[in-house]
Amino acid sequence: MSIGENIKLLVDRPDGVYCFRLHHDRVYYMSEKILKLATNFSRDKLMSVGTCFGKFTKTKKFRLHITALDFLAPYAKFKVWVKPGTEQSFLYGNHVLKSGLGRITENTMQYQGVVVYSMADVPLGFGVAAKSTQECRRVDPMSIVVFHQADVGEFIRNEETLT
Amino acid sequence: MAACSVEELLAKAEAQEAETLKSISVQKELDLEFDIGNLLACDKNRIEPRDLREKSREDFLRALARDNTQLLVNEIWKQPTERVEEAIVAKLPEPTTRLPREKLPPKPRPPTKWEQFAKLKGIKKKKKTNLVWDETAKEWKRRWGYKRAGDDTKEWLIEVPESADPNEDQFAKRVKAKKERVAKNELNRLKNIARSQKVKIPAVTLTPKASQSKDELARAESVAKTSTASLGRFQDRLPKENPAKKGKKRKFEPLIGNFSNEKQKQLELLKVMDTKKPKLDITKAVNKQMRQEDREEAAAKHKKAAGKKGRKGGSMGGKARGKEEANLGSAEDSCVFLCVVVCVPALA
Repeated sequence: MSIGENIKLLVDRPDGVYCFRLHHDRVYYMSEKILKLATNFSRDKLMSVGTCFGKFTKTKKFRLHITALDFLAPYAKFKVWVKPGTEQSFLYGNHVLKSGLGRITENTMQYQGVVVYSMADVPLGFGVAAKSTQECRRVDPMSIVVFHQADVGEFIRNEETLT
Repeated sequence: MAACSVEELLAKAEAQEAETLKSISVQKELDLEFDIGNLLACDKNRIEPRDLREKSREDFLRALARDNTQLLVNEIWKQPTERVEEAIVAKLPEPTTRLPREKLPPKPRPPTKWEQFAKLKGIKKKKKTNLVWDETAKEWKRRWGYKRAGDDTKEWLIEVPESADPNEDQFAKRVKAKKERVAKNELNRLKNIARSQKVKIPAVTLTPKASQSKDELARAESVAKTSTASLGRFQDRLPKENPAKKGKKRKFEPLIGNFSNEKQKQLELLKVMDTKKPKLDITKAVNKQMRQEDREEAAAKHKKAAGKKGRKGGSMGGKARGKEEANLGSAEDSCVFLCVVVCVPALA
C-alpha cells in the first residue's frame, strides 16, 4: 500500500463528504452530491461517476488506474524520481532501468507500490519497485528497478477505454 | 696439492651424485603390504621413539616417506603397462581394501496393505510349484506367463451365461475385466509406495475405481470442473447438463446510506490494516548489513585513490543523503515530511 496512513485523508476530508462506490467492477471516488445525482440513472446506462480509481479484474484482483494519480500522488509515501531521458520511455509504457533512475526514497521495500515523478517533481504515474533501495544501489545499470503500472501517457493511448 | 684437491673434488662430486640419485632399492625389515588398486602401501615396521624425539625428526620422516614411496612406485612398475598417446600407463588391479559405506544403509520398507493383513491374520506364503500338469496338452506347463497351463485367452469358445445379455461380446468382456484388474493392482501398488514415502494422495472418492456410483462420479466431476485457473467459471457444458449453481449472492450496503457511519467503518478498517502490518525487522537488518558493507567498501576506495575515484554508481549520486543517516524508524518521519496536503482539484 503505497500511501499508508494517508488514505485516511481521502476518506475523511475536511471540505466535503466523499465516498467510494463500486459500479460494474470499477471503483469510483466522488462527492456525495455527485452520488445523489448519479442515482437518477439506471445501472446499465450509467457509464462513469466521479473519478475511476481502478477496477477489479476477472479474478478479483484490484488494478489501480492512472486516473487516480491526482489523488494519490500528494499522499505518496514512496516516490521514485526519473531522469529526463527515461521520462519519455516511461510515458510510452516501458519499465524503468537503473540507468534512468534519479532518486528513490529510502527504505523502499521490494515490490512496494511507488509513485513515479520526473526530476521537476511532476507526477508521471504508478509503478512497483522491482528492487529495494539497498539492492538498487548495487545492481547493474541495465536491470529493471521499477515496473511500470500506469503513466499519464495512457490518457492519450487508452482514451477510449479510460472511464 | 692440485692433484689432492682434484681427487677430493671428484670424490665430493661422486658423493653428491650418489646423494641426489638415491638408491632405487630400499631395505626394510618387514615387507610392505600393498593395495595397488587403491595405490595404498602399509608399512608395519617399528619406529624407534628416539628417532621422533630428536631435532632431526623432519629429516627422518622425510627419508621414511621417500623410502615407502619408492617401494610403492616399484610395485606400480611391476603392473602390466600400455602406451596411451605418448604416455606409459600402468593397469591397476582391483582394490583389495574394503572401504566403509558412504551413505547410511537403506531403511527397511514399511509393509504393504496385504503384508499387514497377512501378519494380522497369520497367513503364511505357500510355496507353489513352478510347473503344472496340463491335461489337454498332456505336458508340464508353467503356472503363469508365456505358454501357461490354463490360458483363458486361448479359449475359442465361451458359453454365454443365462443371466447375461445375448448380444454382449464375452471375449471383449473378459479382456476388459483383465484390464480393470491390472489397473486396480497398479493403483494399489502405487498407493503402497505413496504410503511408504508419506506422499499425499487424493481422497478415496476421487481416485478412479472399477465401478463408481452416480454420486461419486458427480462429485469427482464437480471437483475436476472447479480445478481450473478461473475456478470453473468458463468451462463448456454438455447440452443437457445443468448450469452450475450460483454461490451466495453478495449483500451490499444501500447506495446512499448513512455517510458518517460509512466513514467510521472505513477508518476503523484502515486502523486495523495499519496495526496488522508487521514490522520489517528482517529487511531492516539486511539493509543495515548491506549499508555497512557499502560504507566499508567506499572507505577502502577512498584510501586507494586520493578522492579522485567517482562515487559508487553515478546515477545514485543525487540520492537524498540526508535521509540516509536518519534511517532507523524514519518510515513514519518521512511520511510526515512528505505528507503535504495539496489542495485537491475540484471534481468534474
